Amino acid sequence: MVSVGSHKNINLMAYSEVTKVEGYVGNFTVTVRKKARYVKEADCTGCGICQEKCPKKVIDQAYEAGVGYRKAIYTPFPQAVPKYPVIDRDNCTFFQKGTCKACEKFCASNAIDFKQQDEYVTFQVGNIILATGYDLFDARRISQYGYGRLANVFTNLEFERLSSAGGPTGGKIVLRDGVTVPQSVGIVHCVGSRDKHYNNYCSVICCMQSLKFAHLVKEKTGATVYNFYMDMRTAFKDYDEFYQRVLDEGTLFVRGRVAEVTDAARQSGEEGKLIVQVEDTLIGKQRRIPVDMVILSAGLEPRHDSKQVGHLFGISCASAGWFIERHPKLDPVATMTEGIFIAGCAQGPKDIPASVAQGAAAAARVVGKVQQKEIAVEPIRASIDKERCSACRICNNQCPFTAINFIEAKNGARAYSEVNPALCQGCGTCVAACPSGAIAGTVFSSKQITAQLNGLMLLNIGEAVPA
Amino acid sequence: MAQQFEPLIIGFTCNWCSYRAADSAGSMRLKYPPNIRLIRLMCSGRIDTTFVLQAFANGADAVLISGCHPGDCHYVEQNYKAQSRFLLMRRMIAQMGIEPQRLQLLWASAAEGTIFAAEVTKMIEEIRKLGPLNWKGGQLSAVSHQRSAIAEVAV
Repeated sequence: MVSVGSHKNINLMAYSEVTKVEGYVGNFTVTVRKKARYVKEADCTGCGICQEKCPKKVIDQAYEAGVGYRKAIYTPFPQAVPKYPVIDRDNCTFFQKGTCKACEKFCASNAIDFKQQDEYVTFQVGNIILATGYDLFDARRISQYGYGRLANVFTNLEFERLSSAGGPTGGKIVLRDGVTVPQSVGIVHCVGSRDKHYNNYCSVICCMQSLKFAHLVKEKTGATVYNFYMDMRTAFKDYDEFYQRVLDEGTLFVRGRVAEVTDAARQSGEEGKLIVQVEDTLIGKQRRIPVDMVILSAGLEPRHDSKQVGHLFGISCASAGWFIERHPKLDPVATMTEGIFIAGCAQGPKDIPASVAQGAAAAARVVGKVQQKEIAVEPIRASIDKERCSACRICNNQCPFTAINFIEAKNGARAYSEVNPALCQGCGTCVAACPSGAIAGTVFSSKQITAQLNGLMLLNIGEAVPA
Repeated sequence: MAQQFEPLIIGFTCNWCSYRAADSAGSMRLKYPPNIRLIRLMCSGRIDTTFVLQAFANGADAVLISGCHPGDCHYVEQNYKAQSRFLLMRRMIAQMGIEPQRLQLLWASAAEGTIFAAEVTKMIEEIRKLGPLNWKGGQLSAVSHQRSAIAEVAV
């Protein structure tokens, strides 16, 4: 990211939102709202003193997944690029109560600007790559798993923060009380995935992620680890070898979908524990397994606003909300809209190597287009027969691309309408609308469609085939 | 065994959504009866009223117009134009004595192969119940040949 941030040909706009996209391949006009971060980027040196001095602590729901804190002026994480912090308006004491300004007082380069406004920037681009990622499935939706209700049920992202050396516990795997090391841990696979009540698809990453968690727990705490899985999906290079390694380490695997996670003890040995109720389908028995900690491997979901984003860029989403590629096998990078490419989880659930590969492929496709200097377009265009045009102007309002110009009568010449072939996209609406039949659509002419119609009803058998 | 009536339906689909939906129905190996024959247009907005009338005049029992969902049109808003022509034509064919449900409109996105197949199947059954489109003076000789061809395929 650092090399991206400092590359002279890359203009990185963090904390910004695309609000409007107009034009077509090679000639997009994009409007971006640069949200006010209340820090002047030109003056900020990224020293971090403001974050140190800010008196307001806020629970970090984004990067720390709700298990850690950040300040009201913050960067998402220490290595973030760009390094400029942002003031969280809803939590900043100055914005809420009108006093404080600690960050302004301590800033050596006077970079804090409480009066900063959102800024709209417009620029021209030739191609666009969408890599908008995914949302994590909200494990609260499956209430029988107890997330949000039972303290020691964690989500995968929360566990990631616990096990990270830079996380709130410094990498110590502990229960919600912050001190107790778990003696036994249950990891539940397929939470919100492969489940007709939530998402039908497989989220791809959870099996490997759960294996990694099992390995980390074993390594750091020596606890007994149970993996509750439906099927192990360890496709791709070196993945199954890792599964074998985790098996050898002594992690226990129970094949079956977890019915419930509860704290209601029924038998001795269950008191004060979380009990995982599961059918072990390999022995055909219901089991109650008491553990100290449960980790839910929540699945991936499309971004909540993917439909709106797709609409903004003129591409469509499948029913679940993942962006649709041009072809599921032969062209998983391009979209039906020329000049718009997709990469990563925006297209569908995938792991890091696949995302990196798709991102590189999308970049290469764009470079290819740039190198070509010109693009091939479909020859499907409308054209108006000047002689037959009655200058009624009906077609003028039909065109959404304003490709039809009206030429006024002049020097005795009749008025008529005319198609600008550079703007025409070839939809054919004007062809159908023309009451004089003066507009011809190449490839989809009325004659061709009528011939197809007759052909489908076997009316033109024996007729000469048009050359 | 009485021979079942096999309707002949002409479907106009747009290149970007509904034709792709039919395509994806195919690649998902979904089945729908062969009574519908599709004509691909670039956009449902290309629907000319004359195509629909020609289809009816030449013996089609029903016509399906299919395009992208409202707001999803590849050409911004042309499916709305298809929709307004559809509403107009429905009234027009009713005045000519043709049951309005013989002309149908279906929005199907490229991902909705399942929906496309299901809706087309439903429509075919509906038209089957409705029976053949009988023109006074009957111009149906060419079509009866066609019907038996479909019946063969359906068997």
